[in-house]
Amino acid sequence: MVLITKAPDVFAVSDMSSYGTHILGSAAQIPIGEGRRFEIGGMAIAVFRSRQGRVYATQAECPHRAGPLADGLLGGEALVCPLHNFRFDVGTGEPLGNDCPALRTYPVSVNEAGEILVAISGS
Amino acid sequence: MMNASEKQKLVVIGNGMAGARFVEEMVNLGGQDTYDIAVIGEESCGNYNRILLSGVLSGSHDPNDIFINPLDWYAENNVTLHSGVRAIGIDRKGKMAYGSGGLLLPYDKLVIATGSSAFVPPMDGLYDDDGDFKKGAFVFRTLDDCSAIIKHAEGARRAAVIGGGLLGLEAARGLMNRGLEVDVVHLMGWLMDTQLDSLSGQLLQQSLEELGVQFHLEKLTTAVLGDDRVTGLQFKDGDTLDCDLVVMSAGIRPNVDLARMAGLHVRRGILVNDGLTCRNDQDIYAIGECAEHRSQVYGLVAPLWEQARVLAERLTERNADSAYVGSRISTKLKVMGVELAVAGSKDPLDDDDEVVTYVEPNRNVYKKVIVRDGKVTGAILLGDGLTMPRILQAFDRGEALPENRSELLFPLAADAGPSLNVEDMPDDAQICNCNGVTKGRIIAAVDGGCRSLKAVCDATRAGTGCGSCKMQVQAVLELAADGLVADDPSAHYYVPGIPLTKPELVGAIKAMELRSVSRVFEALAGGREDAGSKHGLASLLRTIWGAEYEDERDARFINDRVHANIQNDGTFSVVPRIYGGVTTPDQLRRIADAAEKYEARMVKITGGQRIDLLGIPKEHLPAVWQEVGMPSGHAYTKAFRTCKTCVGTEFCRFGVGDSTKLGVQIEQRFQGIESPHKMKLAVSGCPRNCAESTTKDVGATAIEGGKWEVYIGGAAGSRVRKGDVLCVTDTHDETLLIMGRFMQYYRENARYLERTYDFVERTGIERLRQILVEDGEGICDRLDQDMQAAVDAYQDPWLEAGDPVHPNQFVTTPAELTAPAAAAR
Ligand code: SRM
Ligand SMILES: Cc1cc2nc3c(=O)[nH]c(=O)nc-3n(C[C@H](O)[C@H](O)[C@H](O)COP(=O)(O)OP(=O)(O)OC[C@H]3O[C@@H](n4cnc5c(N)ncnc54)[C@H](O)[C@@H]3O)c2cc1C
Ligand code: SF4
Ligand code: FES
Repeated sequence: MVLITKAPDVFAVSDMSSYGTHILGSAAQIPIGEGRRFEIGGMAIAVFRSRQGRVYATQAECPHRAGPLADGLLGGEALVCPLHNFRFDVGTGEPLGNDCPALRTYPVSVNEAGEILVAISGS
Repeated sequence: MMNASEKQKLVVIGNGMAGARFVEEMVNLGGQDTYDIAVIGEESCGNYNRILLSGVLSGSHDPNDIFINPLDWYAENNVTLHSGVRAIGIDRKGKMAYGSGGLLLPYDKLVIATGSSAFVPPMDGLYDDDGDFKKGAFVFRTLDDCSAIIKHAEGARRAAVIGGGLLGLEAARGLMNRGLEVDVVHLMGWLMDTQLDSLSGQLLQQSLEELGVQFHLEKLTTAVLGDDRVTGLQFKDGDTLDCDLVVMSAGIRPNVDLARMAGLHVRRGILVNDGLTCRNDQDIYAIGECAEHRSQVYGLVAPLWEQARVLAERLTERNADSAYVGSRISTKLKVMGVELAVAGSKDPLDDDDEVVTYVEPNRNVYKKVIVRDGKVTGAILLGDGLTMPRILQAFDRGEALPENRSELLFPLAADAGPSLNVEDMPDDAQICNCNGVTKGRIIAAVDGGCRSLKAVCDATRAGTGCGSCKMQVQAVLELAADGLVADDPSAHYYVPGIPLTKPELVGAIKAMELRSVSRVFEALAGGREDAGSKHGLASLLRTIWGAEYEDERDARFINDRVHANIQNDGTFSVVPRIYGGVTTPDQLRRIADAAEKYEARMVKITGGQRIDLLGIPKEHLPAVWQEVGMPSGHAYTKAFRTCKTCVGTEFCRFGVGDSTKLGVQIEQRFQGIESPHKMKLAVSGCPRNCAESTTKDVGATAIEGGKWEVYIGGAAGSRVRKGDVLCVTDTHDETLLIMGRFMQYYRENARYLERTYDFVERTGIERLRQILVEDGEGICDRLDQDMQAAVDAYQDPWLEAGDPVHPNQFVTTPAELTAPAAAAR
């Protein structure tokens, strides 16, 4: 099973140690339908496993008031922040019904061994 | 998605309020995946808001401002519009619609929304030799009519309006604003006789006369005078009236000729069933003013919006069983600046109906409410805007009324809430105090297309905090929407993502044996998971299935996954259960130790008589719980929370009941019981009420004689409400039983996130007493058993500390990062 979400928006990574493709360990670490936070080099991302069998990766903190997105609620393609219920499209990062900036998203997939692969790039 | 050739052809005849609204609903519900949509509209423009023609006539609106969907909208949304084309025939066998100019459209499904036309009473001298109206004579239905009236009014001095109904009065106002002298001629004994009784009709007339309009009642117009242009009217009684412009507004007639010619069943309107389907043709539907449903032909927009929604839900199969069961219509009107609201019947229908009236002729104020079985079945409210929202809401929702009817007609200052007079507020006035939303933001959202309270709240976040500003948001919406306010049907759904009310949803869940949230989405929402519906469904399924519920943790809000309340910095709070607020030195010591060991950032006495350890990282939750060795206080979930107590007979010199003992018993019994919203309880040892029992979801107050008064539906949060006495009990056991019975009834019947204060008010205390105390429905034993089962099934969630449901349940950052920075570049 290899599912890839949409290509990421281009952004700058402040810490060069996070560049590249990373293996975050087995997908089973994340309970189905939930998200967890991962730290890669100097940056944090939130990775989600949906009930539909997809994986998604976004920035870890909500642009509104830094809510922990990994603790959010996932429904279809909508990710709801746990603090004030702002919604985002978890695939594209676009805000849904609010005027927050979009979330950064990262290409993420699960390899044959069931491990999460995430690509961090920058420009 | 199907490709174009597989799609069905949907043809809509009539591009007015109903037809266009229906097309909009189809587009919103994804109808174009299955249908190619074409519209035939006789008027040669896009779709406009007919209601606002009154504004155009009076000069407050520019014609360009009243378009809802201009021509571009159709192109952008792939809807083919044949504007300026009149449908002239329907071939039901060949499934074709014919239009003027040789148009021929095959259809699979046909929707007729031809609306109605102005009724023109027979009068001599109305027509010229060409068969057109004589110069200066008009009806008032379309934008073209409106433009022609305005043009003629420029050279006119004195106008007559035939018809003293709503539309006629609107026309009179418009003409007056254009500087004409206006006379209204009416056949009946008082104005707006279909909506008003004679007294309110007279008071309305008085208000309007003060504004300068002249009225001629009980006058039948027999002729229009003048050779080549209107110069006056002639009445049956011989009188005449001079005028150089006349607007005929004597009622409307549904446009049913097309349907009749096609052989569809027609009475006053085209007959349709609850599916809005024609009686004798399953592929033809009718909505709007041309349709007759359960003997009703509606003449207002609200019902036809419901019809448009239902039909779109059926045709898109978003809810193929969606049914239109008729509308309760209440209308708020502004007749020449005079505030008027009417609802339901204007007179009592039988002897048992109770009529409550208040008249103040001096100020032209009239309030009349007709009550049957404790509910509003009709109302006329003239000259008083403040009482309108509550009475109309009670009518729309069929709510029970306060026994003291004067509370309804004269809301107490304390109950009236924040001023509803939003009209005078500046645009930067803050309406929603939780999210800082101003009046201007709400108006902008309405201008941007939001037409229901829910749409406005979703778009601006107004009303999504504590919710106490919703009435005001609604008032701004009504102000800004120029009468185009819709009742969003999803407001009646139990959860937004599944188009079913609570009873329908519960029925479907039981019938199809749906035991998990994901199964519900699969079976009832076409597999579409909706984030906003997940916790509501989880709560409902647990109540329905108890131990058989298939728990899916991702359906829970984070608080309910980790059994603690999330804080603004992502840490959590720990509130151990302290039964009835009574603790021991040993418990306090353990709490103190845990707080020190795990560095709680704050230790606080809560408003619920217990102790909160704040600022605990998720990882430490299990250890803190084990350290304090006390069960969860459920300060996070929609469930029984606390039972506050006072010291009562044990120490207090005034105590007449053992409130601490009863409070501890209550909390031990009901701890953690899930419900549609949280439940906070209290027990006071005497009517001094030190534990504030009268403003709790459920409360008990000891009274002399060893008895307890049991209160329900009290509140002292975002709303303040004194609870209602459900009954008086004699023993602790009896109190526990009746409290549990009420709580179980609330669990089964309340909407998700409906606190008891709303639920009790909506259901009515009389009815609750009847069901829960007198056992009027014979369900008390069953309720008691089900509550007992819920009590027996209770397990302290903090036991998961030693037995997590997933190894990473309390882990924020999983440790297993196999290849840190394994850069593949
Ligand atoms: C901790 C406490 C304040 C305190 O420091 O004392 C508290 C804290 C919160 N209250 Fe409260 N309420 C607390 C007593 C109250 C009381 C007083 C009481 O319980 O006697 C009320 C009024 C009574 C009532 O419930 O109506 C109260 C009315 C509310 C409301 C308004 C509910 C309403 O319908 O009017 C909310 C919002 C909601 O539930 O949607 C709320 C919500 C909240 C939340 C849970 C907001 C949230 O979702 O995060 C707060 C958590 C803060 C945090 O970071 O942990 N809290 N809250 C109190 C905990 C009591 C306890 O021991 O369980
Ligand atoms: C001035 C005015 C003020 C009003 N104010 C209010 C108010 O404040 N509140 C309220 O609730 N209601 C009000 N109404 C009533 C409201 O406008 C109507 O209830 C509503 O417009 C009915 O919608 P409909 O789609 O059924 O009919 P319409 O809006 O009349 O639409 C029918 C459309 O079908 C077209 N048509 C008819 N026959 C054919 C054919 N054979 N081929 C092609 N097209 C055809 C017509 O040209 C028309 O465009 C007002 C009406 C008027 C005229
Ligand atoms: S504790 Fe209650 S009143 Fe205080 S800020 Fe939080 S929700 Fe508001
Ligand atoms: S921090 Fe995410 S919604 Fe406020």
